[in-house]
Amino acid sequence: MKAFTQHKGVAAPMDRANVDTDLIIPKQFLKSIKRTGFGPNLFDELRYLDEGQPGQDCSNRPINPDFPLNHPRYQGASVLLARKNFGCGSSREHAPWALDDHGFRAVIAPSFADIFFNNCFKNGLLPIVLEEEIVEQLFQEMYAEEGYELVIDLEQQLVVKPNGETIAFEVDTFRKHCLLNGLDDIGLTLEDADDIRAYEAKRRDEAPWLFDAVK
Amino acid sequence: MGQQDNKKQTLYDKLWEDHLVKSRDDGTALIYIDRHLIHEVTSPQAFEGLRLAGRKPWRTDSVVATPDHNVPSDAAERAGGIAGIQDEVSRIQVQTLDENCKDFGIVEFGINDPGQGIVHVIGPETGATLPGMTVVCGDSHTSTHGALGALAHGIGTSEVEHVMATQCLIQKKMKNMLVRVDGELGPGVTAKDVVLAIIGKIGTAGGTGYAIEFGGEVIRGLSMEGRMTVCNMAIEGGARAGMVAVDQVTLDYVKDKPYAPKGDQWDMAVANWSRLHSDDGAHFDAIVELRGEEIEPQVSWGTSPEMVAPISALVPDPAAENDATRKAGIERALEYMGLTAGQKITDINLDRVFIGSCTNSRIEDLRAAAAVAKGHKKAESVKQVLVVPGSQSVKAQAEKEGLDQVFLEAGFEWREPSCSMCLAMNADKLGPGEHCASTSNRNFEGRQGYGGRTHLVSPSMAAAAAIAGHFVDVREMQKEAV
Ligand code: SF4
Repeated sequence: MKAFTQHKGVAAPMDRANVDTDLIIPKQFLKSIKRTGFGPNLFDELRYLDEGQPGQDCSNRPINPDFPLNHPRYQGASVLLARKNFGCGSSREHAPWALDDHGFRAVIAPSFADIFFNNCFKNGLLPIVLEEEIVEQLFQEMYAEEGYELVIDLEQQLVVKPNGETIAFEVDTFRKHCLLNGLDDIGLTLEDADDIRAYEAKRRDEAPWLFDAVK
Repeated sequence: MGQQDNKKQTLYDKLWEDHLVKSRDDGTALIYIDRHLIHEVTSPQAFEGLRLAGRKPWRTDSVVATPDHNVPSDAAERAGGIAGIQDEVSRIQVQTLDENCKDFGIVEFGINDPGQGIVHVIGPETGATLPGMTVVCGDSHTSTHGALGALAHGIGTSEVEHVMATQCLIQKKMKNMLVRVDGELGPGVTAKDVVLAIIGKIGTAGGTGYAIEFGGEVIRGLSMEGRMTVCNMAIEGGARAGMVAVDQVTLDYVKDKPYAPKGDQWDMAVANWSRLHSDDGAHFDAIVELRGEEIEPQVSWGTSPEMVAPISALVPDPAAENDATRKAGIERALEYMGLTAGQKITDINLDRVFIGSCTNSRIEDLRAAAAVAKGHKKAESVKQVLVVPGSQSVKAQAEKEGLDQVFLEAGFEWREPSCSMCLAMNADKLGPGEHCASTSNRNFEGRQGYGGRTHLVSPSMAAAAAIAGHFVDVREMQKEAV
């Protein structure tokens, strides 16, 4: 996994509550057996005026001029500002893959759905929870200033605004450690293989039926 | 484990403790996974990850696979097996699951195997998922299996790979929520209406960070299948896991399932499972209460499962909403859904009806829909009514009972087991602007097809709507029939 330490980037809006994973990446693109290439179809139904198909060249599709991510001022944005309950719905990891593939490194929102939140960390994408009023303020400032850039410092757990003001955020110790160092958590878990085996041995005595194979 | 013996625990606390391999200093824990269900959509990248890292699955006998999302529901297309799938991208994905299972030695109920079905339908019906288990799947509706008294939840693809490689998940304990539904349900009111009413009350983020235990007289009074419908939609209330305590209904359901323990092991299992309930006085971080009598048949009118109303209600008016974000949400939903504020729910006309999905495609659901459809015909104005059984075994049982004939006589279509129009990854989908009465679980924009408009309802409400051509109170129809 790629590491996340410090990042500076232009902020872009996804200004509605309860953005679900179907909206982030519609189901037809889930037929891919790869982890990459979802970027052009991020928010597909909002970004384009037609219905997207997997494998299609998106460069000739009709663009929705009203969708903010299509506006020139947000091109190259890498920090997404969002509203409550971002990423609700399905468990599809294609949602963080699509955000990542499009170039986003962090998403800031007042709250996230659990599975999506978890999936982000596995892909070097940092979800940041800030109070609703603070997110609202960031939205206002971003709308007011073209090229509004935020610095995200994971080590310090700070979001730094263009005027130098800082906002602290919380992040789980283990997840922070993995992100900062780009660690593969399977490798970490396998360091505990003896504990897993010991658990299995104990459990096999208590509940042997759990180890019967389905044939 | 340093626990006081007299500590009162919730069902979730017990399931957590039973599966705790190790607590780490950083507040995370390693949790052991007993059953891992996989399907074609969220597993290929996980297998690829294992291959790239040169890793082997920890315990292949804990994994059960089946294709469900992409498989055609059309009998003719289905008869051709994998090679017969017309959509090339879908075919490759189903083929990839097949190959991965062969390569890694994983049991798969293949596309036309008698054991095939929607993962969340085949788990409980075969006994592959059991009380007291931890169950995961790269699918958010894994919460369904919690109805058995299991700790079951959806995971992302990286976690699918993690569970395959280590048999564990790295987790933080969730908080405990109790949703208690006491009293009694009126006639015509089903498990689906109960869970939609719960989501209407707590909202789609109400359960975020919680494991929900559903309890109270109404939940106790539900069949296992009804409990599965309720737990299935815990995720629509924001909770990764939903669960119901083990009782006699659970044991009667599990007994004699193909993969359920037998003989001495059955007795041992029953003794073990009898502790799978919350202790009296156990602490819940949040408690939500509903009265069964107050729940009417529900219909969702918007683009989020919390946008739901009783059949007797009117489509809400955004002007009455004070919260700005919520108000904007209602306005956008009404526009997308093509509805006007103050319109009667019963005045919503339907273009298609879908009876199926892991929420409502079990035999009781089909019986309920057939009971309403019997002797009627679908309305002329309704283009299509799809009935898609959740598994091969549900299909066989329904055909044995003649339900397929009831549906066909009513002008409904009888299809092959698959996710079908629940998410429209196969050929079954809504056209732009079409309204659908659907027994599935998500009414998100575009969920059932580009521009499609989904209304979530119970199987009997869906069948009633198919006949009337618009929503009706199924209780009125049932009264007339008596
Ligand atoms: S039926 Fe629908 S919700 Fe259930 S697993 Fe299939 S796609 Fe997901």
